[in-house]
Amino acid sequence: MNSKKTNTDKFYQVKHEYLGRSVVTIFGIMLILITITMVLFLFSKGIKTFTQNHIPIKDFLFSTAWMPGREEAQGGPAVGALIFIIGSVFISGLALLISTPFSVALAIFMTQISPSFGKKLLQPIIEIFVGIPSVVYGWIGLSVLVPFLRHQIGGLGFSLLAGSLVLSVMIFPTITTVAADSLSIIPDDYKEASYALGATRWQTIRKIIFPSALPGILTGVVLGLARAFGEALAVQMVIGNTIRIPGSILDSTVNLTSIITMDMGNTAMGTTWNNALWSMALLLLIISFIFIFIIHRIGRKGSTSA
Amino acid sequence: MTKCKPFVIALILVLSLSVALVGCSSNTQPTPAPAASGPSGSATAVGSSALQPLAEKAAEMFMEKNKNAKVQVQGGGSGTGLTQVAQGGADIGNSDVFAAEKLPADQAGTLVDHKVCVVGFATVVNPEVKVDSLTGKQLIDIFTGKITNWKDVGGQDLKIVILNRPASSGTRATFKKYALNGAEEATGQALTEDSSGAIKKALSDTKGSISYLALSYVDNSVKALKYDGVEATVANITSGKYPIWSYEHMYTKGEAKGVAKDFIEFIMSDAFKSTITQMGYIPNSEMKVTRDK
Repeated sequence: MNSKKTNTDKFYQVKHEYLGRSVVTIFGIMLILITITMVLFLFSKGIKTFTQNHIPIKDFLFSTAWMPGREEAQGGPAVGALIFIIGSVFISGLALLISTPFSVALAIFMTQISPSFGKKLLQPIIEIFVGIPSVVYGWIGLSVLVPFLRHQIGGLGFSLLAGSLVLSVMIFPTITTVAADSLSIIPDDYKEASYALGATRWQTIRKIIFPSALPGILTGVVLGLARAFGEALAVQMVIGNTIRIPGSILDSTVNLTSIITMDMGNTAMGTTWNNALWSMALLLLIISFIFIFIIHRIGRKGSTSA
Repeated sequence: MTKCKPFVIALILVLSLSVALVGCSSNTQPTPAPAASGPSGSATAVGSSALQPLAEKAAEMFMEKNKNAKVQVQGGGSGTGLTQVAQGGADIGNSDVFAAEKLPADQAGTLVDHKVCVVGFATVVNPEVKVDSLTGKQLIDIFTGKITNWKDVGGQDLKIVILNRPASSGTRATFKKYALNGAEEATGQALTEDSSGAIKKALSDTKGSISYLALSYVDNSVKALKYDGVEATVANITSGKYPIWSYEHMYTKGEAKGVAKDFIEFIMSDAFKSTITQMGYIPNSEMKVTRDK
């Protein structure tokens, strides 16, 4: 790849080719190493519930019995995580249901209907949303949303609905940004061909642009879901953390991230209780791997059909 | 041939970087100061967030007096504190509960307990609740879910909302042990808040709510209840009339030594007593009753 002239001057090559390349390579390798060691660490911690405490995986995933501090005399600790898993699924799922229509509509508006307004005003506003720390969302949820739900709708305010509403605000920038990106790269030829056939702008958007951008939009939705699953602080502040499967969206409930943050510092390492929390962290990681896998599948499908 | 060179260079750079990092970390090790008057060196205290404010204040005053000594105080929870001190990661492990309640017996046995002060807890309710005193029996019935309306304990017709701390919290463990006689709380009913501050906020906002707080957190935004007719005051705790209190512990692995020993001695000294009282804790020396588990 190099000419013969530079090849003879070893020092020249080191300076102009290898130095930069090595630095970049090192950072790349380090990042990969960090990722691998973190996954391995989490894995080695997370499986202790099953290898050391001999809790069957089936019980951990499908049992609702959460009595991690129970004495040996009364049957020993029970660490069924089903309640937390269901809580996470319900809260994130509802957040996605609330957030997706808004986000996709906003993305269509800012890329197709009013691009200049979208770029100048909406884009910066969405970026501000991304920058707000999650504790602020949680605090606003606790001080405004929870009392509002309590007085206007009923119940205690601390509820699955409150958690989902807070989350839906938090994930909408992710979905909107990714969806807008995929909408804006649709070639103008598509639009023009549609207009030439006499379609209105809305018909063009609905029949041509939206279907073409669908893989990108779905990627945004899955990314939003992944974010919702992993969010801890803001949700924990408004869902009430009652360890039960919610009977309605106005009931308080609990999720994986909340129970981890609440109990991690207060339990001693090596106990079944602490190990079960690590297993939940591992479960969260596996779930996010699944989401990433789905995103890749969507991306591949999109590129082959286009 | 040229292909493997960048890799070799990369390897060399990584190695040198790691050597440099190791070098750095060994530099930060405290170098023993030349013999001066007073203690020198450093100690870390990790754990209980309930004890943290007091420990931080003590560290500040201790370092003011002993310029050569450095004490670092960190939170993280009682479980973290006990684990860290048992594994040698910290010199002092702060805990709200006895080590034997959190750690396996073989680990708890290696730790030495220093009871530095006492914390009292009060049963607290939303200010609108028209009840002033609860008996131990009523309290147990409320927290186990047998009584669900305030009218059953002499109050107005209002649903009782239980606010709990997480099951692993030291405050909850203390309350369960001394106020509820160890009765298992009803599951799936209580709301749970992560910190005493969050409990206080939720309590003042939620009608009919009941919870428990360390006395240092109790103020006008909540209403403290009497326990069996006895008010939660310092005088009633020290005389043994009011039972809901616990020790704050500082654990060391083996006997305390070095700065850790001097620091613990400072916290338990007469000079620090007034600060303990000021910050809402109770000095050990004022207690007329003791407990050993």
